Amino acid sequence: MSWVPTTSQDEEEMLKTIGVTRMEDLFDSIPDAIRLKSWDIPEGISEMAVKANMQALSGKNQLHSLSFLGGGYYDHYIPAAVDALSLRSEFYTAYTPYQPECAQGTLQSIYEYQSAICRLTNMEFANASLYEGGTAVFEAAAMALRINRKRNKIVCHPSMNPTYRKMLDAHTANLDIEIVDGDDPTDAACVIVQNPAFDGSLEDFTELGKQCHEAGTLLVVSFYPISLGLVKTPGEMGADIAIAEGQCLGIPLAFGGPYLGILATLKKHVRKMPGRIAGATNDAKGRRGFVLTLQAREQHIRRTKAMSNICSNQALCALRALIYLSLLGKEGLLEVAEHCHSKAEYLKSKLTFGTIVNTKPTFNEFVVRLPRPAAEVVAALSAEGIQAGLPLNDWKTGDTGDLMIAVTEKHTRDDLDRFAALLESVSCS
Amino acid sequence: MFPENLKYTVEHEWVAVNGDTCTVGITAFAAEQLGDITYVELPETGLAGSQGDDAATVESVKAASDVYLPIGGTVFEINEALEEKPELVNESPFDDGWFFKLENVTSSDLDSLMDADAYAAFVKEQDH
Repeated sequence: MSWVPTTSQDEEEMLKTIGVTRMEDLFDSIPDAIRLKSWDIPEGISEMAVKANMQALSGKNQLHSLSFLGGGYYDHYIPAAVDALSLRSEFYTAYTPYQPECAQGTLQSIYEYQSAICRLTNMEFANASLYEGGTAVFEAAAMALRINRKRNKIVCHPSMNPTYRKMLDAHTANLDIEIVDGDDPTDAACVIVQNPAFDGSLEDFTELGKQCHEAGTLLVVSFYPISLGLVKTPGEMGADIAIAEGQCLGIPLAFGGPYLGILATLKKHVRKMPGRIAGATNDAKGRRGFVLTLQAREQHIRRTKAMSNICSNQALCALRALIYLSLLGKEGLLEVAEHCHSKAEYLKSKLTFGTIVNTKPTFNEFVVRLPRPAAEVVAALSAEGIQAGLPLNDWKTGDTGDLMIAVTEKHTRDDLDRFAALLESVSCS
Repeated sequence: MFPENLKYTVEHEWVAVNGDTCTVGITAFAAEQLGDITYVELPETGLAGSQGDDAATVESVKAASDVYLPIGGTVFEINEALEEKPELVNESPFDDGWFFKLENVTSSDLDSLMDADAYAAFVKEQDH
C-alpha cells in the first residue's frame, strides 16, 4: 500500500471546502483550559544527524550474545525467505486492510495462516491471531466463561507461565471472576494448562482433559508451537481451546514484541471465539475468494454484546509464522524440534556440577540448580557475552540457585561446550 | 397479513398461547428485515426469566439481533431444527421457524402484547 501525503495546497483546498480557515479551527470544541500549550518537541534536525543518533542508540543493544534465555520466548533461526517475503510492500504495513474488494492477498494469507495453525494443533478452527500469548490466555478464559455461562471460576494449573498468570490477573482485575490455582475442574469454566510447563517439563494432559469434560469444564492448552513437531498436540489431548505465543515461528526476539497470539478451537465453540476470522467463499462469478466471516461475533456489529474487544489481528506476524511453517513443512518442523531436544539433552549431560531439577522429561528447556545464586552467575556470564538463562528466583518459583536454560537449533556443539565450561567455572568459583 | 391467533411484541416476536404453554418466534417482518438468516443461537432448556430478558440471538448476513422473552416463563423446548436449517426462520417464520416454548408463564404479561391488527399498524409506522 502506498502512502500519499497531502500537500499544503491540498490542505488549503480541503479546509476551504469544509468552511474553516486554519487546521486549528477543527479543534475549537476542545476547551482552552485542557489544550496543550506546547508540544515540547525540539526543532527538526537533519536526516544525517537523526541517523547518527539512532545508530548510537541501537549500538547499545547486544545483538550477538550467545543466548539461553527462554521462559516463553525463544531464539530460533529465521530463514532469509521470511524477511524477503514479509517485507514486501504489499504486506509490510501497520494497518491490515480487510476489505475483500482490495485485499484478497492479505485475506488469503490470513486464511492460510489459520489453516496452518489448525494442522499444527489438530484443532478445527483458528482465528486470524491475537496480540501475543498473554492476551490469548485471557481471551481463552473469557471464551470459556461465555461457553460455560453459569460458571465464573477459572483454574490455573501450576504448569502455567507465571507471566501469563500475572497478565490474567491484570486483565480480570475488574471482572467478577474467581481465579484459583490447581487442577480441580469442578464447577470451573475451564482449566488452563501449559505444555511444556514453564520449567520445561513435558506433560500429557489427556487424562485431565477427560476429567474436565466429565465435569462440564473446558480444557485450555497453552502450547509451544515448535515442540509440536515432537510432542502430543493440544487436539490429541482433547483441548477445547489451544493457545500459544507464536514468536518462535519466524518472529525475531524483541523487547516486548510485536509478537503473535495464537488461538484455535473446535467447531462447536467457534461462535464464542474472539477476533477476526477469514473464510473462503465464491464471488458472484463463481471465482474462489476470501472474506472476513462470522463477523456477528464482533463489536462493529454486536456492540456491547460482542465476544471480545479484539477487532484487528497481528497480520504481519501471522504472515511470518505462515511463511516459516510453509518453508519448514512437517518434516522441517520435526527436524527443528529434534535438534532443540537433543541439544538440550547434550547440554544437560555436561552440567554434572549442578543438579537437574526437572523430574519429568523436558523438551528444550530445563532447570539446573547451581552451587551459587543464579542471578550472580547470569551477571558474570553477561560480561562474557553470554545470556545464561533465567534465574527462577525472579519468578519466586524456585531456589536461588535455580537457572532455567533454553536450547535451540541455533546452538552449536562448540557453543554448548563453551557455555558448560564457563558455567562450571563461574558457579563453582 | 399477520396471523390473527398470535400475540406480538414491539421487538417483532410472536407468541402463540397453547393452553398453559406458549410458543415463541420472530415475525415475517423481522425475518425479512434481517435478510438471510445464517444462525440462531437458542437458549438452553430450563432458562427461566422475566419479560424482556435475553433469550436467543439471530444472525443474518448483515446483522445480529437479540431475541427477548416476550413474557416471563421457563424454556422447556427449543426448535433444534434451526441449528441445521436456520433458513426455516425466513421460509416459515410463523410455523416451522418457531424458536422456543415456554411453561410457567406469567400470564399477565400477555396483556401488554399487541394483537395482529395493532402489530400491523405498528409495522406500518416502523416502515416509514
